[in-house]
Amino acid sequence: MKKLIINISKSVFLLTFAVSFLTNCKKKEVELSLEQQNKEAITTYANIVLATYEDSYTSAQTMQQKVDAFVAAPTAQGLTDCKNAWLAARNIYGQTEAFRFYGGPIDGDNGLEGYINAWPMDENAIDYVDGNATAGLINDAVTYPNITKNVILDLNEVASETSIFTGWHAIEFLLWGQDLSTTSAGTRPHTDFLTTGGTAQNQARRKIYLKVVTDLLVEHLQIVQNAWKTGSSYREAFVNDTDVPAIMGKIFTGIGSLCKGELAGERMFVAVDLQDQENEHSCFSDNTINDIKMNFLGIKNVYLGTYTRSNGAKVTGKSFAEITQSFDKTKADAVITAFADVDAKINLIPLVFDQAIINNSAKILDAVTALRTCSDKLADASIVLKAKL
Amino acid sequence: MNKNLLYVLALVFILEACKTSSNDPNMPIDATEELSGGENFTTFDFSENTFGREGKNITSTESNQFVSGNSLFRANWVSAPSSVQSLDGLGPIFNGISCGSCHFKDGRAKPPQNSSEPLNGLLFRMSVGLDNIGNAIPEPNYGSQLQDKAIINPRVLREGGVSVRYEDINGNYADGMPYTIRKPIYDFVGLNYGAFNANMMYSPRIAQQIPGLGLLENIPESVIFALSDENDSNNDGISGKANMVWDVAKQALSLGRFGWKANVPTLKQQTAGAFNGDIGITTSLFPQHDLTTNQQNMYANIPNGGNPEVDDNALEKIVNYVKMLSVPARRDFKDAEVLQGKTLFNKLNCGSCHYEKFETGANSPIVALNNQKIRPYTDLLLHDMGAGLADNRPDYKATGTEWRTPPLWGIGLLQTVNNHTFLLHDGRARNVEEAILWHAGEAEKSKNDFKKLSSQERKNLIKFVNSL
Repeated sequence: MKKLIINISKSVFLLTFAVSFLTNCKKKEVELSLEQQNKEAITTYANIVLATYEDSYTSAQTMQQKVDAFVAAPTAQGLTDCKNAWLAARNIYGQTEAFRFYGGPIDGDNGLEGYINAWPMDENAIDYVDGNATAGLINDAVTYPNITKNVILDLNEVASETSIFTGWHAIEFLLWGQDLSTTSAGTRPHTDFLTTGGTAQNQARRKIYLKVVTDLLVEHLQIVQNAWKTGSSYREAFVNDTDVPAIMGKIFTGIGSLCKGELAGERMFVAVDLQDQENEHSCFSDNTINDIKMNFLGIKNVYLGTYTRSNGAKVTGKSFAEITQSFDKTKADAVITAFADVDAKINLIPLVFDQAIINNSAKILDAVTALRTCSDKLADASIVLKAKL
Repeated sequence: MNKNLLYVLALVFILEACKTSSNDPNMPIDATEELSGGENFTTFDFSENTFGREGKNITSTESNQFVSGNSLFRANWVSAPSSVQSLDGLGPIFNGISCGSCHFKDGRAKPPQNSSEPLNGLLFRMSVGLDNIGNAIPEPNYGSQLQDKAIINPRVLREGGVSVRYEDINGNYADGMPYTIRKPIYDFVGLNYGAFNANMMYSPRIAQQIPGLGLLENIPESVIFALSDENDSNNDGISGKANMVWDVAKQALSLGRFGWKANVPTLKQQTAGAFNGDIGITTSLFPQHDLTTNQQNMYANIPNGGNPEVDDNALEKIVNYVKMLSVPARRDFKDAEVLQGKTLFNKLNCGSCHYEKFETGANSPIVALNNQKIRPYTDLLLHDMGAGLADNRPDYKATGTEWRTPPLWGIGLLQTVNNHTFLLHDGRARNVEEAILWHAGEAEKSKNDFKKLSSQERKNLIKFVNSL
């Protein structure tokens, strides 16, 4: 009997061993397949990033053409055209912010984010402000006889590593002017750029400044776009990295950070918490609510693996959403529910964000809560996808 | 018991035995050692964001303060008037445009490596002696520190710049292995407000990493005083002096804890002082700009960003943000080499100043900071560090050769966060090894004992420090 018992236990042991071996094999297969699918989705991601930056670059070029036309012959219509082109281009750039926060081409070493999108911008160091008609570099021809790209870029270096003289908000300030009203955007007249019979001083220098910072923005966007082109070293390293979980970690760190820390935190909660009406990103144009919507659209683009280009064409492919769905339906559904909730809550915020900061902060805080939840759900999905966060 | 099970158990036993046999038998592992910042303020995020993590068990109100405080810590201040009123008032003269421009990612600044690099995060305190309470008397033409930047509208002159170069000093370990450390040499350049007073003394100070400061503030004063031994009454060659400094809020002298010379009593005063001197931002604690009388007259018409420019509500958020930053957990704390390094650290008496363990007090309004068992590796006291490191500029009770023991927690992650490992008050040491070699004065014996270690032992000791 004793021998039999030993044999049985030996068989049980071997069987257990075999089963566990097989389970491991199965698990390996599943992991392999997950990794393979993730790799495909990473390629979709890279395609979306490139397409978004391409659209951002071309829309900035359109704005550049409008600016060129305007500075050649400043008219009220010309200024309106510039503003509309800025708003259109800004809507695309907003979606690219989902590609930040992991040290990629936009904000890694030598990243240009500081030149492109620094905020707040030192308006007073650029041009006249309420109460000081001669403020800023534009009105200081003695110290800065020439306004050139290098003069402006050097000034950034002096102050700190973060730009305050360039980018979207510098252009916005030049087009709209200070927002001194509680009920509307800035109202800079086109005559600020008229050299004969114009308003304010140094109109010719203001035109040069507007042109130079617009040109710089276009150049900078082109550099970022190029880093994502097929064949560029960054993109190739990104899509071919064998450490797939690490790349997944970057992608989800990007959207998670934008969703929670930046959008819900910095741009919405803090604005309400400090109760400063102009503590909003596009404070001159009152375009902040669109900034928020486009940032969130960028997050959805990444997760859902679909980007609708400016010309209406869709860039799409294997998505993180469908992979999550196939491995954990509950967690995948939770992300989709959270997306819908954020959209609903953002749509309830009154259109003029700076007034909502003061008068409707509860609506903003509802959206903040929804965004924080959404970020948590995206983090859950990233765990399903085995992203290394 | 059946035979197979026995095999399995034996195997498990052998594997376990392998694991433990790699440990130093003289140094049993203390599992709580991993939690440098206690239960509530230790983070396991070892990424570049490791110094910026919020503690656990804080209230939702505190968590919201952390978010806003974090934002204000990183925000760029702009000159007034600006549309964004909560962020204007920069300058007129300043060293940085945000807290984060010197404490990048809540970390440590890097000193200029040559004469052409600008000062970002290295500042120079200046004085001409001490007043009757021990406070440094500002240099008459430049004030209490050299502000090397200024707003451009209206045109304001920066005070001047500093050109840095380094001189190599060569030495040898007992085993013959050579080493090189480097001493900084400073030249003041482009001074815009006249000559320095003949008695001017200056002290270079690099911006330090900020995690765990709320815990250090919450160590009971009595515990720090108990560690002090100003006259070395126990004859161990180590004195340990508590600095007594002016507390602006209390309007009284109290224990100094922060800054390179323990010359600041509270985090609120440290923060408000940095806003004032470094960014040119006023607070209720320091309502006047850090300008000389001459500068006040020159810049009387420059608009400010409010009175004060940072109100108490915003200041509290920033201070509480700093207080609630976690400390990285220990990495590799069970590693055999690290454990040997720890044994050597204690044997060389490093721990008598880099004091390991404290329990925080029970009275912080941020309840999560209370009763935390922490391991900062500092006694917060002043020690004579010898002539080589001296700034020869007294600061309250700190003499020209005395410095506060800096905490060592988080030190091994500076590379990850800030891409450098420059240490000591002016960033002259390029790494932990060079920092050890600069120790002198009360630490002369420990330094010499370090030089007598074998190359492997030195490596292990450094590995231990980098595991903190």
